[in-house]
Amino acid sequence: MARSARLAEGGRIDRSKSVRFKFNGESYQGFKGDTLASALLANDVHLIGRSFKYHRPRGIMTAGSEEPNALVQLGEGARTEPNIRATQIEIFEGLTARSQNCWPSVGFDIGAVNSVLSRYLPAGFYYKTFMWPASLWLTYERFIRKAAGLGQAPTEPDPDRYAQHHAHCDVLIAGGGPAGLAAALAAGRSGARVILADEQNEFGGSLLSDAEAEIDGAPALAWVGAALEELRALPEVTILSRTTVTGYYDHNFLTAVERVTDHLDPDAAPPNTPRQRFWKIRAKQTVLAQGAIERPLVFAENDRPGVMLASAVAAYIQRYGVLPGREIVVFTNNDSAYATARLAARAGARVHLVDAREQPPGPLLAEMAALGVETHLGCGVVGVSGTKAIHGVDIAKLTEDEKGLAGPPLQVSADLIAMSGGWNPTVHLFSQSRGTLRYDETLASFVPDKTPQKARCAGSGNGAMMLAECLREGFEAGAAAARDAGFTVETPESPDAPALLDSPPRQIWTVPTVHPLGQGKRKHFLDHQNDVTAADVHLAAREGYLSVEHLKRYTTTGMGTDQGKTSNINALAILSEIRAADIPSVGTTTFRPPYTPAGFGAMSGQAVKDLFEPERGTPMHPWHLANGAVFEDVGDWKRPRYFPRDGEDMHAAVQRECRQVRETVGIMDASTLGKIDIQGKDSGRLLDLVYTNLFSSLKPGRIRYGLMLNEHGMIFDDGVTTCLGVNHYHMNTTTGGAARVLNWLEEWLQTEYPDWEVYCTSVTEQWAVATLSGPKARDVLLAVAPEMALDSDSFSFMTMREGVVAGIPARVFRVSFTGDLSYEINVPARYGRALWEALMAAGAPYAITPYGTESMHVLRAEKGFIIVGQDTDGSVTPRDMGMDWIVSKKKEDFIGKRSFARPDTAREGRKQLVGLLTEDPTFVLPEGAHLVSAVNPAPPMPMIGHVSSSYMSPNVGRSIALGLVKDGRNLMGRQFQVPLMSGRVETVTITEPVFFDKDGERSRG
Amino acid sequence: MLQITCPWCGPRDAVEFHCHGEAHIARPEKPHEISDAEWGDYIFFRKNPKGVHFERWTHDAGCRRWFNAIRNTVTDAFIATYAPTDPIPEIPTDDQGDA
Ligand SMILES: [Zn+2]
Repeated sequence: MARSARLAEGGRIDRSKSVRFKFNGESYQGFKGDTLASALLANDVHLIGRSFKYHRPRGIMTAGSEEPNALVQLGEGARTEPNIRATQIEIFEGLTARSQNCWPSVGFDIGAVNSVLSRYLPAGFYYKTFMWPASLWLTYERFIRKAAGLGQAPTEPDPDRYAQHHAHCDVLIAGGGPAGLAAALAAGRSGARVILADEQNEFGGSLLSDAEAEIDGAPALAWVGAALEELRALPEVTILSRTTVTGYYDHNFLTAVERVTDHLDPDAAPPNTPRQRFWKIRAKQTVLAQGAIERPLVFAENDRPGVMLASAVAAYIQRYGVLPGREIVVFTNNDSAYATARLAARAGARVHLVDAREQPPGPLLAEMAALGVETHLGCGVVGVSGTKAIHGVDIAKLTEDEKGLAGPPLQVSADLIAMSGGWNPTVHLFSQSRGTLRYDETLASFVPDKTPQKARCAGSGNGAMMLAECLREGFEAGAAAARDAGFTVETPESPDAPALLDSPPRQIWTVPTVHPLGQGKRKHFLDHQNDVTAADVHLAAREGYLSVEHLKRYTTTGMGTDQGKTSNINALAILSEIRAADIPSVGTTTFRPPYTPAGFGAMSGQAVKDLFEPERGTPMHPWHLANGAVFEDVGDWKRPRYFPRDGEDMHAAVQRECRQVRETVGIMDASTLGKIDIQGKDSGRLLDLVYTNLFSSLKPGRIRYGLMLNEHGMIFDDGVTTCLGVNHYHMNTTTGGAARVLNWLEEWLQTEYPDWEVYCTSVTEQWAVATLSGPKARDVLLAVAPEMALDSDSFSFMTMREGVVAGIPARVFRVSFTGDLSYEINVPARYGRALWEALMAAGAPYAITPYGTESMHVLRAEKGFIIVGQDTDGSVTPRDMGMDWIVSKKKEDFIGKRSFARPDTAREGRKQLVGLLTEDPTFVLPEGAHLVSAVNPAPPMPMIGHVSSSYMSPNVGRSIALGLVKDGRNLMGRQFQVPLMSGRVETVTITEPVFFDKDGERSRG
Repeated sequence: MLQITCPWCGPRDAVEFHCHGEAHIARPEKPHEISDAEWGDYIFFRKNPKGVHFERWTHDAGCRRWFNAIRNTVTDAFIATYAPTDPIPEIPTDDQGDA
């Protein structure tokens, strides 16, 4: 068993609550309050995983959500989750985690051969490799899928539940450190509705890792405690811990992921509690107090397990009571890391302090001397010994121009490096809000500048690195946000906090080593997650990728799941050095949501499986279910597609249904057809405008079929409209087009002709419709409607009669989409099922058969009736469809008419609707197949048309098809080829598009 | 997500709305009397400004009514929304929707 790195005392862990967990199958012990990272470090485990590209051994670099290295595969089975930052996982009893990206084990990984081959995997590798010919893609893809990627997605359905929450607030505060808490206090006291969110389990931000910090002469955490107590007592303040504000979108719309039970054993989580909650927040004002992230130094072999941020080492010592190394080299270019050296030395470590500066402040040096810390001034870390753990560190004096070593390296024994290259304000949310950034010379980093949104920044995320400043900015921002949201509040007086030393850093963007960059074996890593080195940036620049946006994509720096939180500025700075330009002129890339990865589970919330989308069923739906219907989706509707009997497949059922309709009678549920009730004195005028033919002349009780066009003259819906009375019409639309057509009518009425008096009401769901179709349809109807005169003289084709059917008040429309005698019987929706069952009973003597949409499609195709959206595609005119007969010559104007005269619409040779008969009558063409005049050995071959509808027709006794063919009506009887994916080439003959009952006697009879 | 103020319902999330492109394009009163070029202008040509844009919207998941909006296409700020029958509001000279 390895030594314990746990200190005897200190930290915010609960030492009375021991927690056992497993990592890579080994059992370890930690405490409640530990993260997986702190608990592993306490157990002296530094090797966590392998890197993305080179499979280099990697450890823990940070103590927060910015972690680029220590990504693990968390949990098992259905709950396993990849790429989770060990630094954010709160351990619980029974937790299991595994290393990623290594096989067979993290200690011995075959993929590490990539590291040896690294000179063959340069920047832009993907772009250089994946080029023509396309056929090699398959090979590349297999290689990449195996080699790339980090963890593994679960293959089982997610067993957890997720919630979504919509919230509105006056002030949303992202970040609960000193600045965020101060902002919440100032805004909360005004009575404003405040949401305060922080990604950690506890509030306090950086103060949680800083036991020495003081506010008003007392420990800073006492101030944090008092602030929280006050906030909890304010009724309008919502406090969300373990909640990451992930996205800042338009008009102050923000999203946040609350990890409600992730810190608990999933099998012991409280019942009726979602695992995560996805917040969608509309905030009048926001205060962004995200804090700052320490910048790594770019030195040779700076990716070895044991190279950590200095602030992270301080956090492990103070927050978790873990001393992650015994021999620690602190490498810094600024004052802040001296605190880490102090803490480490006091905790018992042997400490070397390497400061790139020649003359750090005297008091700091005096303190180091008093603690027995050996200091190396004007020096840098120029090499690291050890691969899976650090054994030694090379320290050397740097030349004045920072490009080389001024003396031979000195190797010191060490097992940990704590580095600090300064601090980067966390500007991600600000940047997402479309905020622009400004370069701050002192910080050598970007700070928020201007945003078009109602946002403010405060604290170290705004560039204020001293505690007193953070508090003051927080109070000011919170109060100002509340005021801008309409509340009255004074800015509270800010408490006092001692200032720390903050002398200028010596900014060395690439620390030299014994050999020039890109030569020798030592690598300077910039982006640890995507394995991008300083040499890669140089290579990209040499190859001409000099813009930051190009650099980012070519090298993939900043494109990992960590969004380059630790790499971004270093990459920009190195590029600007290469270009000999200043950093602001090189510019930055834009940060995009989410700030940290968010799971699909949370984003989907409850909208999964049955709740994914609403379903619409007709009043007869339960009957269809009980009678074995197979359904198809038409819009949101569930429509019976066919009704199989005794193990029939679709083909057998459809052939039987189609035959029965033509022999005796069939019944179809047509309730889903769109129905619009149109009233008002200008109704006829509206119909004349939107249909190609004349409707204002239609007499009550009469029905007319109509085509609707858009202004381009192209068909966009069809249906029949019935005149119910004076200025009163009933319009039928296609099932899928119901909403579109209603909107179309409303558009003209509301925007172009607001003075017309027309009222359109959707009545689709008010009426249930059963369609009887077939030679015996009249006999069936007569049996249930003895009072109605059904003879052809009294009730002719294309008329409507009101009456009583099966004891139910009904409107019966004599129209036909099958080409056989048909009645569409409309009854109030609540009687739909009663009507259906009465018709089924009355039809029993005629072997009535229910039929679905598939048979309907076959029956109408036998007659050459089109389906809009199947035989048309938005580029088809009535003339193309051979439907000139329905276009009024009398009307001066209707929607789309003028476009008929456009040269392209009027020209000859456009694609036209024709029938297609295959040479082999048993062969059914696939819909979408193309017609060519000659088959070439390989594509391309000029196509002259395509198959739009194709079926086996039992009533015609062979396969039939409809298609759109260039100049088709002049090609009757001509033969063309249809080359198919299978290699088969079918010969088809162009025919009239009507295959059955060409004179239309059956529907009129 | 944009927040859009329906002239009838008030501020609502953008998911409730649909944008239908440029506003204030009147349908020619006598289409058959105009040239192909003029007709082509009416059906095909639309402005695509960087900045202030007049456009038509519908509040589909609300009152289902059409209205016009003045939006800055750079910032997505809505300067005004108004009924189709309303006169075009004057745009304050200091408000180009930049904030
Ligand atoms: Zn509305």
